[in-house]
Amino acid sequence: MKIKDHNELFQEQEYVEQFERKKEFENCPSAEEVQRIGEWTKTEEYRELNFKRQNIKINPAKACQPLGAVFCASGFEGTLPFVQGAQGCVAYFRSHLSRHFKEPMTAVSTSMTEDAAVFGGLNNMLEGLENAYTLYHPKMLAVCTTCMAEVIGDDLNAYIRTAREKGAIPQELPVPFAHTPSFVGSNITGYDNMMKGILTAVTAGRKGEPNGKINIIPGFDTYTGNYRELKRLLDIMEVRHTILADVSDIYDSPNSGEYKLYPGGTLLADAADSINATATIALQKYSTAKTLDYISKEWSQTVSALPPVGIKNTDSFFEEIGKITGKPVPQEIEDERGRAVDAMIDSHPYVHGKRFALVGDPDLLLGLISFLMEIGGSPVHIVCTNGDKKFREDAEAILSESPFGQEGKVYIHKDMWHLRSLMFTEPVDFLIGNSYAKLLWRDTGTPLIRIGFPLFDRHHLHRYPIIGYHGALNLVCLIVNTVLDEMDRKTMNTTSFDVIR
Amino acid sequence: MRQIAIYGKGGIGKSTTTQNTVAGLSEAGYKCMIVGCDPKADATRLILHKKAQATVMDMARERGTVEDLEIEEVLLTGYRGIKCAESGGPEPGVGCAGRGVITAINFLEENGAYGEDLDFVFYDVLGDVVCGGFAMPIREGKAKEIYIVTSGEMMAMYAANNISRGILKYAQSGGVRLGGLICNSRKTDKEYELISELAKKLGTQMIHFVPRDNQVQRAELRRMTVIEYSGDHPQADEYRSLAKKMAENKNLVIPTPMSMDDLEKLLMDFGILENEEQQGLGIGERKETSVFTNP
Repeated sequence: MKIKDHNELFQEQEYVEQFERKKEFENCPSAEEVQRIGEWTKTEEYRELNFKRQNIKINPAKACQPLGAVFCASGFEGTLPFVQGAQGCVAYFRSHLSRHFKEPMTAVSTSMTEDAAVFGGLNNMLEGLENAYTLYHPKMLAVCTTCMAEVIGDDLNAYIRTAREKGAIPQELPVPFAHTPSFVGSNITGYDNMMKGILTAVTAGRKGEPNGKINIIPGFDTYTGNYRELKRLLDIMEVRHTILADVSDIYDSPNSGEYKLYPGGTLLADAADSINATATIALQKYSTAKTLDYISKEWSQTVSALPPVGIKNTDSFFEEIGKITGKPVPQEIEDERGRAVDAMIDSHPYVHGKRFALVGDPDLLLGLISFLMEIGGSPVHIVCTNGDKKFREDAEAILSESPFGQEGKVYIHKDMWHLRSLMFTEPVDFLIGNSYAKLLWRDTGTPLIRIGFPLFDRHHLHRYPIIGYHGALNLVCLIVNTVLDEMDRKTMNTTSFDVIR
Repeated sequence: MRQIAIYGKGGIGKSTTTQNTVAGLSEAGYKCMIVGCDPKADATRLILHKKAQATVMDMARERGTVEDLEIEEVLLTGYRGIKCAESGGPEPGVGCAGRGVITAINFLEENGAYGEDLDFVFYDVLGDVVCGGFAMPIREGKAKEIYIVTSGEMMAMYAANNISRGILKYAQSGGVRLGGLICNSRKTDKEYELISELAKKLGTQMIHFVPRDNQVQRAELRRMTVIEYSGDHPQADEYRSLAKKMAENKNLVIPTPMSMDDLEKLLMDFGILENEEQQGLGIGERKETSVFTNP
């Protein structure tokens, strides 16, 4: 029997007729009316109404706190992300991450149901911790919460202590925790809270001799290629370092034919020793704010947040490394920089003056705005659902540094449906965003360059770095080739359909 | 910084006692903050001389999100520099007041309300420990001392015992301790002795007996504490004395709540309740009063 996939199946006469008949029962307006309203949503008038919208978000460009928390937790050796809350939430975190990385993702839930909502989740926590420890033998259980546990006010600290006293888990097992209500903040807040929770737990009582290393906190970075690139660069510079939450081997593990529950991550011994490092550098600012504050105050380390996206930003990153370690940037890396700059100059004529709409997490956007202007692109609409006023100030400061940024406008707490209005009333040439932004591509016809999270509908993009000079090269490649594809499409039947671009 | 939570049955006088005591502490030179954890938001009116201050949740409702609030809008300064904040909450009958308390306290913490110059932070918490949200002030890193306001009325004592059970849970897993009972007198029979004995049974002390005095109501009508309204009045000295005892209190214990039977026995011992055979359960004072009596 030939099994048809839905692309063919639903085009068959039988289904086409069924869909038509269905309209009758759905009280569906006529095709002309649908068309008319559709056109109206593209107008200035609708844009104004759309921006007044308050009580609903449509296609927001963010995920929830616990997703960021389990992502962070999974990057430590032998660590099982443990969620106090309902099962469905955890199924979502796992499927979301698995669909992006095309890798299995491990996390457990305490399966809270109605009775737990009434009586509190203590029993779920006790049984959950005992089961998870007994069945999966983790070296660390990192606990976060869903909305349900947060609304009823479950006190993780007290529960975990009770679990130890009752012998559900051994006294010495590290069980960091973070309160991560989904209805507050976003994936970046959850990452930050969990990172702070883990570092607080694993470094307790470990302050000792300085180890001369540098801590790097990548932040909510879903490019496994970035982690490998970072390690490569720091190894070339012979800088001893600890990457805090190294998810690269978790979400990009070699296929050896054997399933590993815990395929890698930052060694717990290294994480514990991170308190004795010389300095901590975060590669994102907004997903590490609380953690950096904690490290600076409690560990008395110098901290900085330097996203190495684009040439200028990567230069600043290496300057900071040089300042901390006293090591010069080796020729090998200088050459990489030169090659990236050369590539940017090659492509510059095609990107120059092109107008872009961008949507994504705040830290990613800051890096991309800076990089786009370096290759002569103009960021026009910058939409950030989970950005705050400080982010807007940061983004505007970067835009004001270059003539290419003059048209740029930053929209915080807005979603992709807002962006749709912007793109219809003030069209741009290209759109940068995650897979959900393809709906905007379909509606507006603006070509989409896929950068961000999640990327469900194109493969392997996360395996290629977008940080450092190699990252800049990859970004040029992604952007300029989309520009050229589009140029070919538009000139297909003209004399300008050129083999040489 | 010492953080103190005040619990007790609804209507027992938590807010009045807290504000008068804090006024006493401020007078003695301590820097204080009051955080009201009650949707009714009446924990700071005597300090601010306002009907009700803008609460964190009111402002959040107005703006659509708590992220858009500025700390200055919800952290006000009143009598003798006392800082005041109210969590506020939903309208009666909807939403979740407990979560409102969590949201408000998180907001205050993240926005630097807990300045290092503060000597005391007081949480004035609604009624009983009813859910996880209302236990927020006694979670790890927050209030380590609890005082229960009670009186010689039976239901107030039930509540005090019940709250002690809540504290016990948090005391075992965290560092929360009971600092004492504050008796806010209702002039019931043998009140002083009864609450002293209750305190003893709970393993704590009656830290102060606040006599009933109409001066408190007179001051309240003017939205002032007794200390500010009439500093020379003997009632003001009662609150000063309570403030001093709290500031000096070292008697912090894990409470030993009583069983229902023991609590009733205590009331019997004091002659408040008669034993079951004698007390005529369910029988009115005048037998013929009940219209539902079956002929």
